[in-house]
This record gives sequence, C-alpha cells and structure tokens, in this order.
Amino acid sequence: MIRLRGVTRCFQLGDQQVMGLDAVDLDVAAGEYLSVMGPSGSGKSTLLNMLGLLDTPNAGEYWLKDEATSTLNEVRRAELRSRWIGFVFQSYHLIPRLSALENIELPMVLAGIEPHERHQRSARLIERLGLTDRVNHRPAELSGGQRQRVVIARAMVMQPSLLLADEPTGNLDSRSGAEVVSLLEELNREGLTLLVVTHDAALGERARRKLMMLDGKIISDQHQSGAA
Amino acid sequence: MRSADALQLCLGALRGHSSRSLMLLLAVAIGVIAVNLLTGLGDGARQFVLGEFSALGRNTLIIMPGRKETTGGMPPITGLAPRDLTLQDTDAIGRLPLVRKVAPLQAGLMELSVAGRSREAFTIGTSRDFFAIRQLEVSQGQMLPALALDEALAVCVIGQKLRRELFGRGPALGEWLRAGNRRFRVIGILAERGQSLGTDFSEAVIIPVANAQALFNREGLFRVFAEVRSPAQINNGKRQILALLKERHEGKEDVTVISQDSMLTTFNDILGALTMAVGGIAAISMLVAGILIMNVTWIAVSQRTAEIGLLKAIGASAAQVRLLFLGEAALLAVIGALSGLLLGELLLWLGRWIWELPLYTPMWARITSLLLAMATALLFAWLPASRAAAMEPLAALRQAGSRK
Repeated sequence: MIRLRGVTRCFQLGDQQVMGLDAVDLDVAAGEYLSVMGPSGSGKSTLLNMLGLLDTPNAGEYWLKDEATSTLNEVRRAELRSRWIGFVFQSYHLIPRLSALENIELPMVLAGIEPHERHQRSARLIERLGLTDRVNHRPAELSGGQRQRVVIARAMVMQPSLLLADEPTGNLDSRSGAEVVSLLEELNREGLTLLVVTHDAALGERARRKLMMLDGKIISDQHQSGAA
Repeated sequence: MRSADALQLCLGALRGHSSRSLMLLLAVAIGVIAVNLLTGLGDGARQFVLGEFSALGRNTLIIMPGRKETTGGMPPITGLAPRDLTLQDTDAIGRLPLVRKVAPLQAGLMELSVAGRSREAFTIGTSRDFFAIRQLEVSQGQMLPALALDEALAVCVIGQKLRRELFGRGPALGEWLRAGNRRFRVIGILAERGQSLGTDFSEAVIIPVANAQALFNREGLFRVFAEVRSPAQINNGKRQILALLKERHEGKEDVTVISQDSMLTTFNDILGALTMAVGGIAAISMLVAGILIMNVTWIAVSQRTAEIGLLKAIGASAAQVRLLFLGEAALLAVIGALSGLLLGELLLWLGRWIWELPLYTPMWARITSLLLAMATALLFAWLPASRAAAMEPLAALRQAGSRK
C-alpha cells in the first residue's frame, strides 16, 4: 500500500536547514493501524503530509498503491488524494459558511459526482455517524465531537483506503475523544488503513504498530498484537 | 466538477462575504452605468441633430450667395462683392429639368404689432413651395397662395407661439397685423413642430418674398432652397445649378451649394466620434472597478488560505481552485454589469421623460460594457486566483492552523 525509500524533506529556516524527514524507509500494508509519536519537530506532521501527497520529497521515492508519486503532476496528485486518501485534522478545517451536509459532500462535488449519488452516499454515512439531526447546522453550531464526526464523514465519503489523522482528539474532551477513536478503529476493522499522529501516549498505545520519530528519523517501529 | 455545483459554491462564497461582494457589485455597476449613460447621451445628441437635419429632406439643396471657400491669399483687387442671388436666378433654377421645387428665402427680424401688442419676430419672405420643402403644415387657414415670385400680396402665415403672443385667446385668422410700415392679413397658422435647423417656426411669420424685399428694402436673397426629383440626383442637381448660376453671373462661380447629406455626414462623424470619446472615458471607470476586483480577490485569497488548503487536501486540483476564484469574480461582474445596465436604462428613461430627447444607449455600447466588465473582472482576478491555485496545500493548512 505504502512504500517509502530514502524519503528526505528539508526546510530552510532562516539560514539553518531543518531535516523534516531524513531518509525515511517505511512499508505499510493495507488495513494496518499505525500511530506515529514523537516530540514536537520530530517530523511526524511532515511524514503525514508526505503520505497524504500534500508535500513532495527533496529526495527519495514514495509509492502509493504501486504508483511512484514524485514525478506526478499536480492534477494527478489531486486525483490520487481525492480517490485514496482521507484526512482528519485536529482543527477540523470545515468551511464555516457551508452546512454539515454540504461539508460532507464537498469532496464528491469536487470529484463531479451527481447529486443523486451524493445524497445516497452521504446519507449512509450520516446515519452511521449519528449526525442525522445535525446535518443542516453550520459547523459553528456543532460541538467539537460532532464537528470531528463531520470531518470523518467528509474523509470517508469518497471511500478512501488510507485515513490520515493528525491529532484527531487534540481539541476534544475525553468522552468525545473516546467516541472518535472508537469510530476510527471501527473503520480500520473494516479494512481501512489508519495512521494516527498524536502526542497522546494513551491514544498511541492503542495502535497495533507504533512508530517513534526523532529528528526526522523513525527510531523505533514496534509491532504489537492484540491491541485493545 | 459539475458546473452547477461550481456555480453554487461561488454563489455561496459571495453570499458568505456579502459586504465585500456588494462593494464590488457597486463598482462594476457604476462602471457600466457610466459607459451606458454617457454613450446614451452622446448618441441621443447625435440622433437629435440628425432628426433636425433630416427634417429638411435628403433631396434638398441650399444655395447661398458668396463662395464659401478658403483659398488663401488676398481677394482680387478688381473683385466686387459677389453678385446677389435674385428672384430671376430662382426662377431659372426652378426651370432646370432636375429641380422639382424651388423657394427663395429673404429673412430678417421685424417689429410686429397687433392692437398695441408688439414684439420682434423672425420674418421669412418666401414662396408657396417653401412649405413643401421644409415640411411645414398649417393647422388653420391656408399656406401662402401660389404667386409669381415678384408679385406682392399683403398676407402672412404665423407660428403658434407668435399667434398666442400677438392675439392671445382671440381669433387670428383674417386679422391684420402690422410689420414695419406695412399691414398683412393672417391667412394661416403653422402646425406645432418646434425647432428645425435652428429656426423656431413657432415664433416666425412667413410672407411672400416680394413683400419681404420691399419690407427689408433688399434685392438680394438670403438663400434659395431647391428640391431635386430624387435623392440620387442630388449631385447632378448641384452641378446643374452651379453651372446655371455661373452662366447667369457672367462666368463667376460666386455661390455655394450645399446638400443636406454633406452637412449630415459631417455632423454625424463629429458626434459619433464624440460619443466614442465619452464612452472611452467612461470605460476608464471600468478599469478602476477592475483594480478593485483584483484587490478584493487578493484579500479573499489571503483570508481563505485555509479553505484553499482544505480544498486541495480533499482532492481539488490547482485548475479547480483557480476556476472557483475566477468564477466568483466573473459572477460578480455579470451581476454588477446587469444591474448597471438596468439602472442606466432607468436613468436614460428618466432623461427621455424629462428632456424629451432621444436618449438611447446604442446596442454596441451595452454589449461592449458587458463584455468589458467580464473581461476586466477575469483579467484582474486571474493573478490572485492563480496565486490561490499555486498555493501548496500544506502551507495553506499550516498557516491556518497556526492562527489557532
């Protein structure tokens, strides 16, 4: 599903060069559940953006579903994002003037899917995520947990194979956080590849495979069976 | 992306920033109004002048004494003042095969009085054919009778306004009025027609040309009007008249013959150019609107970096992002331009109602202003929209994230 070989990404910060990713090798099989942990500036988010095709490496190669991505043009990258990848952000990134339903349908709108088909797909997800009576509300009128569920619905509506979550519980109280996590894990059990970037050790411990990052390198890669 | 969805997204974005959108609408609308109003005024003036001139008919020639030509140099020492145009000349012109009607014109200001009321009025000495040539009609009584040109008869036809001023509410037909030291019987009242070629016939009095010569004590005619048989013969008619008068004036070409067409063309050209110039000046306001659109789109792009980043993250391509921002600008331009057109028409309608002038915006100005609004909007939105499109999704998202 995912194969990284020698992927390097450096940023220029003033006159100092910071290694976001330092020759990272990584293989992820379909259906895995990974967490990425590490201190601030260790390269977690850079890795996430790289995997999400939001960023391009300075060196190395990234194969997504056996397609080499570094030479792809912008249009094709957008297409791959749309087709295979869903994002869940800590700060939601919902469009405030659109209703929850419109936010959920936005990826399908961009992909040019017919309204009839859109309504069918979104209705299924909305019911499953328990948002039925909130769909016509604007994001500002929703609680944090509800917003994050709308974000998950938006990420899932194109039926991606990879879900990238950046601190998905970061802005939530523990109860809604737990709800969101169980929802993500449920999706993972159905075959979705799930990668969670977090500071929260408890959340990170839940994943079957735990990556630790430091200074742009993966310093530990633990597989663990029987996660709760 | 389906175009209906794109349209809805754009509309939503515009509604979401309604005060900004309104400002832009206003700017575009003002630009369009300016173009349409000014070209409407210019073209109205042109139409008005054309209407005035064509009242004279396209087959009418005007013959004036004197050579209206700048030859440069001194006039010849032996030269006398040009010979007068006479009644005999007029008769001779009338006998030309191409000429259907001919009318002499002797004119001047004369003190008119009726029973103590008096005023100065434009007095025209001419013949019966003059009415046909200048398309004058009488509302009461009759026109001048058909007389030989040198035959005097103490009758007159007066304009409506003059009738009101001299006779008030009383009857005028058959009454006498005094002009200078002579008396004339009123035999007709002109129908209301207003101004024509700068002559306000409603304030004029028309008498036989022989009487006018006596009244003004002047032989030479002011003008001779000649009507050729068809507009196609106007140039031939002009040549014949010139040749005839040259022969009659001892080989000297000392008259000027002008046709309605030549004057018309000149005026048409001048006023048309004027309309274009005024429209061009108005188009500058469109440029200002365009720059405003650029600024506002620029602000929209920087305010909505998070949105741009998100759109890209969930699968929008650079082209789609550019399309959305350009779409917003184009939508604004179309709505603004249409409301500007509507408002401009309303103002012109008011203008027509108040001044009774033919104030209509020519179709080309309407279409051009619409296209111009669209073109400026797209042109000026292109730069900011391209910046939005080129934005790295990562940078856009992070920038928004750091705001929290």
